[in-house]
Parts: sequence; C-alpha cells; structure tokens
Amino acid sequence: MAESARHQVGSKPLIKWTLIGLALSVTLVLLVIPLVLIFSQAFSAGWGTLMANLGDEYTLHAIGLTLFVALVTVPLNLVFGTALAWAVTRFQFPGRKLLITLIDIPFAISPVVAGLLYLLLYGRNGWVGSWLGQYDLQLMFAWPGIVMVTVFVTSPFVARELIPLMQQQGSQEEEAGVVLGASGWRVFRHITLPNIKWALIYGVVLTNARAVGEFGAVSVVSGNIRGETNTLPLHVELLYQDYNIVGAFASASLLAAIAILTLAVKGFVEWHQARERDLQPEHRTEK
Amino acid sequence: MTETVTQGAVATPRPFLVKRNKRVLPGFTLSLGISLLFVSMVLLLPLSGLVVEASGMSWQQFWFVISDPRVVASYKVTALAALAASLFNALFGLLLAWVLVRYEFPGKRLVDAMVDLPFALPTAVAGITLATLFAETGWYGQWLSKLGLEVAFTPVGIVVAMAFTSIPFVVRTVQPVLEELSPEDEEAAMSLGASDGRIFRKVIFPALWPALVTGAALSFTRSLGEFGAVIFIAGNMPYVSEVTSLMIYVRLQEFDYAAASAIASVVLLTSLVLLFAINLWQARFLRRLEGR
Amino acid sequence: MSIQIDQVNKFYGQFQALHDVSLTIPEGQITALLGPSGSGKTTLLRIIAGLESAERGRILFGGEDISQLHVRDRNVGFVFQHYALFRHLTVAQNIAFGLESLPKKQRPPKPEIRATVARLLEMIQLPHLANRYPAQLSGGQKQRVALARALATKPRILLLDEPFGALDARVRKDLRRWLRNLHDEFHFTSVFVTHDQEEALELSDQVVVVSHGRVEQVNAPTELYARPESRFVFDFLGQVNEFSGQLKEGRLVQGDAWVRLPESPSGSEAQLYLRPHEVRLTSEPSEQAHFPFCIEAVSLIGSEVRVELKAQGWQSEDVWEVGISHAEFNRRQPRRGDRCYAVPDIAHLFAEGQDQPRTISWGDSA
Repeated sequence: MAESARHQVGSKPLIKWTLIGLALSVTLVLLVIPLVLIFSQAFSAGWGTLMANLGDEYTLHAIGLTLFVALVTVPLNLVFGTALAWAVTRFQFPGRKLLITLIDIPFAISPVVAGLLYLLLYGRNGWVGSWLGQYDLQLMFAWPGIVMVTVFVTSPFVARELIPLMQQQGSQEEEAGVVLGASGWRVFRHITLPNIKWALIYGVVLTNARAVGEFGAVSVVSGNIRGETNTLPLHVELLYQDYNIVGAFASASLLAAIAILTLAVKGFVEWHQARERDLQPEHRTEK
Repeated sequence: MTETVTQGAVATPRPFLVKRNKRVLPGFTLSLGISLLFVSMVLLLPLSGLVVEASGMSWQQFWFVISDPRVVASYKVTALAALAASLFNALFGLLLAWVLVRYEFPGKRLVDAMVDLPFALPTAVAGITLATLFAETGWYGQWLSKLGLEVAFTPVGIVVAMAFTSIPFVVRTVQPVLEELSPEDEEAAMSLGASDGRIFRKVIFPALWPALVTGAALSFTRSLGEFGAVIFIAGNMPYVSEVTSLMIYVRLQEFDYAAASAIASVVLLTSLVLLFAINLWQARFLRRLEGR
Repeated sequence: MSIQIDQVNKFYGQFQALHDVSLTIPEGQITALLGPSGSGKTTLLRIIAGLESAERGRILFGGEDISQLHVRDRNVGFVFQHYALFRHLTVAQNIAFGLESLPKKQRPPKPEIRATVARLLEMIQLPHLANRYPAQLSGGQKQRVALARALATKPRILLLDEPFGALDARVRKDLRRWLRNLHDEFHFTSVFVTHDQEEALELSDQVVVVSHGRVEQVNAPTELYARPESRFVFDFLGQVNEFSGQLKEGRLVQGDAWVRLPESPSGSEAQLYLRPHEVRLTSEPSEQAHFPFCIEAVSLIGSEVRVELKAQGWQSEDVWEVGISHAEFNRRQPRRGDRCYAVPDIAHLFAEGQDQPRTISWGDSA
C-alpha cells in the first residue's frame, strides 16, 4: 500500500502533496541552489583555473594554517568534551546544572564578541597580554590567538553530542563493570567508549567543521596578514573583497566540500544508530 | 570455590578513619578537574578582560558610546532582522519538520541531510554565496529585480542571511517532539469527530509549541550575533543596514577598544540573558512533560 | 559467607531512606528483601554491594567489617534489574569480563578463562549463543547471561535486584526454579530484592519485609505468612479480609454483623483480620459469628475456587475473598447473588492502638 494504513492529520493527498511541494521548494531555494552555486562559480572559469587558484601560494598557506588550527583544536575539545560529559552524566555534585549551562556560552555569544574577549585579555593592552609582552610573547594577531578563539567557539560540540546520549544510556553498565572488579580505565575503554563511539565521531566532525570554517572570531584576532595569519575563510573574504570572485569561490568550494563530508558522516552515524536501535528486541515478547 | 579470590575481598579491611571514596565510578576528580580548568580558562577568564576594559570607562562615557545614534540604529536593524528571520524559520522550520516526520516521499533523506547544511557550511562561504545569488545579476537577484524587489545590500538581505544560518535550530528542536507525539491522541480526537484542522490546533500544536518557541528563540539568539554571513550581503550602510556585530568590528578597526567593549557588553549581556531564559524555559517545559 | 548489617542509615538530602537497619543474613541461604517500591530495599542491596555508601553503620562479610572496601574489591556477584549487559560485547565476552578484570597475578590463563566461560554457558543452557550480542537475546536469556557473568568470579555472595521483574509470568516461574536449583548446588549466600510476595515466599529461606526504610519483620516464609507481626506485613502479604467494629459484651459488632470473642481486649474498638482460607462459607449463621454476605463473583481458575463477597447490612471497605476447594464448590454450587454467611476458624485481632495482632482460634466449636 502506498498510503499509510493509519489515518493521520494531514494525510489527505491534497494537503500532503502541497506541504511536501512547499518543503521541497524551500529546501531547493534556500539550501540546494546555494550549494550548487558555490561549485558552479568555482568551476566557471574551467578546471585549470580552479587548480591554479587552489595552487596559489597564499591559498596553500591558508589551507595549511586552517588544517593546523583544526588539528590542535579537535583533540583539545575531544578531551574536554568527553571529560565534561563524564563528569555531569556520571556524578551528582553541586553546580552540575550550572556547568551544563556554562558550556553553551560559546553558542550564544556572537563570534565577534568572542574574538574581542580574547583580544582584550591577551592583546598588548590586556592584563595577561601585557605581562606576556614583557617576555616578547605575542598571542594575538598570530596563530596562537587563532587557535585560542577556535577552541572557544568549538568547545560545546563534543560535550553537546555526548551528554544526552550518556544520560539516556545511564551508568548501569559501568556499575556492572566495577562490581566485576574492572579498573577505571578498563571500564572506560571497554564499556563506555564502544557505547559512545558514534556520537563521539559526530562531535569530532562538527568540531572540525566549525574549526575549519570559523570566521568572525578569527577575523578579530588574526590581523589578516596574507601568507601568515590568513585562514581559509579569511582568505575567501580577502579574495572576494579584491573582486576575485572565481578565486574566492574556489577556496569556498573546498570549505563546502568539508561541509558536505560532515553531512555525510552525520547521515552515516544516524543510520548506524538507527540500525542498532532496531536490533534491540526490547518490545518483543518472551516466547 | 577458590580461596584466593574471596580472601582478597575481605583480608584487607582498611582502618575506620581512612577517608572513604564514596564514588563508585572512577574518574570523578580527573573529569571534573579537566572540565573546571577548561571552563574557567577558556570560557570564564576571557570575560574578565571585558569587565576590566568596560570598568575603565565612566558611566557617562559608557552611556555615550552605547547610545550613539548609529549604534542604536544598529540595535534596531539587528533585532528587527533577527525577529523577522526567526519568525520565518518558525514557520518554514515547522513545515520542514512536519514533512520530514509525517510523510514518505522521494528525496526525503536528502532533505533531511540538507537541513544541517547551514551548521556545517562556514559563515563566510554562506555570506558570499547569498550575496552572489541575490546580487542584481545573480540567479535570484535578476528575477527579483524584475519584480522591483531588492534584497542584496538592504536589510532584507540581512534577514535572508540570518534565516539561512539559523533554520536548523527550529527543525531540529521540533522534529524529535513531533516524532514522540503519540498517534493515540490524534486518533482519540478523530474518534470524537474533530476535523483535521481542529485536531492540529487543539491537540498537535499545543504539544509542539514549547519546542517551537525554544527553536525560534535559539534561532533569534544566533541571529543577533551573526556576522560572517551577514556582512557580505548587508551592504553595511550606516543607520540602514549595519548590524551590531559589525559596529563592534568597526570600532576595533578604529582601535577604539573601549567603545568596542561597551557595545560588546550590551550584546553579551543580551545573549547571556537569552541563553539562561531559554534554559529555564526548557527545564520548565521538560518538567511538565515528565511530570516532575 | 554470612552478611551482617549493623545500624545502617542512609540519607538522600533531607530524605532518610534507611533508619537504623540491623540484620543478619545467614550463610548459604537465600534471603528475600521484600517491600513496596520506595521502601528502601534496593538501596539496602546496593549498600551491601558497595554501590552506595551509608552515612552511618557497618557492613560485615563473614564477621569482617568491609564498609570501607570499594565495590571493586568486595567480590560480590550483582545482577542488575535490567541486566546491564555490556551491549558491545558478545555473550561469551560478557561472561569473561570479570575474570579478565582480575589483577595480573590472580588472572587465570586465557585457556582457563575460555573453559570457565564454556562451563558457565553449559550451566545456563545457552552454549549456542556464545557469540551473540545482548540485543539479540530475549529477556530470559539476558537474565541467565547476567547470572553467569556475576558467577564467573566465584563470589561467595550473590545479590540480585528485582531479578525477575521484567519477565513475563511463565519465564519467571522457570527461572525461579532454575535459580533455586543452582543455589542448592553451589551454596553461595544470596540476597534478592522483590516487591512480589509470591516470589519472596517461594524462593527464599528467609524473608525480610522492609517498609519506609525500616525492617518490619524477619522470618521464614511459612512463619511470616502464619504470624504477621504488624498491620503492614498483614496487608502486604496476601489477600486479607477486614472487619472493624465496636466491642460490646464480649462481641465485636458492626451493623448486622458480629463475632463472639473468646476473651475481651481493652478499648472500645478493634479490627479483625482474616485470611481467605481461614474462613468457611455456610448457608446459616453460627453461634460464634454472624457475617451476612451476598456472593458477587466466583472464580474457578487455580487450585482453589475464589468467592468474592459483598457485605449485607454492614460496611466493609473491600469485598471479602474466601477460598473453597473444588470439591466443596461442586457440593454447594454457590452462584452469583446467593446469600450466605462467613464463619471464621482463625482470625487476628488488632486491639485499639496496638500494632501487634493476637491470633484467635475458634477451633471446631463453631
């Protein structure tokens, strides 16, 4: 049967197909066509130009810097996110709820404000920055600053993915492990980690996507020095302001490709989790 | 029964005064230690910089900066555009969530995947893409200009950029609630002879709207702070299409850190209040659902 | 190994979950912790295991104070209510987990672990499922795997939290019998938590009734049923018929109903508790008692015929239930709507303001 046997609100064909048509149009106009535009612009001057644009010295440097920032940011936030999720889902302690709210701060704050916060503290006039300046250490308008703000804006992702899952799974399996005499590391490695593996991977992918693509916060602390502190998104902006539209979209297409990869990983992770859920015969009755 | 195993269990009772480890699961100190260190170093310490900078100003100076007509105009533009964007998202986000949960149709999985694109796509890329699409010669712009509509370099462009970057918030908060909705409620209403429209208004919508409000509020908060996607399409004309994040950025370019901090503290306070309000709202709504 | 619980107190914030609980659990027996939900029985079990710690009091295993010992080092077997099998390990890996967690010096070599796991799989009659994952098992199978996993390290103490709670009636009965046999074979000390009185009475050697964080009564199952020491235990264990009335001239009276008491208690009011099998049905009232009834329902399922009675000319909070044999049912053929009288053989009297009942017997005189 093509139609669901169950009569539900909105299952009349006219309403149903109108709504589907509308949703498809919104998706097409708001999401699909923009994505198509990025690649069509990048390729508009031919494959050779695209390669030349990507092979440009400054572009290569921007790609390198961006990868480096992601490479530092992701492991830091992986450790932090996992530790935080473990602490708030496995233990009760005063201030637990506050901690859960605090990690949402980077989501709520404008990236420009985030950049500014770091600039004020670690910049030449800031109280930490001026002290570091005595030792000739400059964090702002240099790569450390970029890494720091990126860690800030991406810090919630891993924890946000893990907390609901770990809360829902509960700690009975870990308790069972401890009763059986397992050490802390063994419990984490053999019981917890396999259970949260997929959420962890998705958290990492999200962190990576945002780390690679952060613009506002990085733009405040970077100083936009071509070939030195220009990340890929900043490079896109620079090219665009120079009216090098094709060049801008060439770099943008790299970032868009990472975004598509992120969506693919998400789809895969969700498919995997749904399959695991379907394997659970919880609702089957005993025979 | 081997003796060794059981002896190991009881042969080493510790003296009564040893501080007992009350936590059954391991790693409390380690995980909480890492979390607190990180939260205070990465999230809280930087806030102190803003406080120091802003407290260096007198109240008059502070008020002068944040009530500057151009800045006030930017508040209005930002708030109104964010409001329009979140209303747009509430409507179309609900539509997308509804269609994704209720119907089967070709391309459904693609639509579901694409909904997250704005979260995955860097904002700068979104910005130049939307600006190119809506420019007078762009794919959308050329049609719209025939109709006499201008989007790029106007406040409408800001709304478009904000709506694009924050629509997943609404879809992803409404979707799970819609999935959890029990079909029995609907069937009960139908058996009582209610029309589809009436059931939607009286049975489905009341269950959905807390999630819808949460999603729209998240979308609004995100839009208030949006920068990358907005600046390319906004045109950034003072008093007309300049958002507050850009004002902060402009003050920074002028090396007027104090002014930037003053405006930033207004923005920051607004977002923190919104964040806590959303959290409280969600907690209340969860309590009602779980009966606690 | 025996378990002693010595003045254990447990608080959750302001709420006191356990009040000065003291208890001795004898070696090699099965003890049931029986009580309604929220009575503190699971908390007590988790304190014995070391999964929770008490604010005051001690736990002793075989006479030695182990209150300070971490769960990890107590070597108890614990079966969780929802089994808590490791979902990413196979059945065999689940069972081997405890052995592989032993410190290097005590850990048996790999082939020995494999042999132990194979033996346990035989014991739980699931050797063919060794490589399945928990999600692919039925509830009863999961329960057995959980038991095998808990027994792998040969604990002297086995603790089970609502072991049959999530299973349906038939599987529950099979498993209960199986656990009983297993216990008779290995003689570990077992403690299990349940809210099901039938389960507690059938499976255990000793029942501990818990209510509101206090121990109400500790007895062998037969004693417990025959001689409940408080109203709570009475209400909680099995069906009970209640009659409350005024004391008048050696009789307990309410409306048209009365019963003659052999000796008069103090006070002006009293309550009489009667078990269904301690009451007979007659067509005429007796010298001793006058309880007029109208038959409301007759249920033939089970080894006894259950008759539900509605009070006539007096008030009873609940309908009365009386059990009669099938033979008697065939003789008398009671039907819905018939009038009849109940005559007690034995009853339990709660005098005004007293929580301890006095058992009264009328013998054959009635």
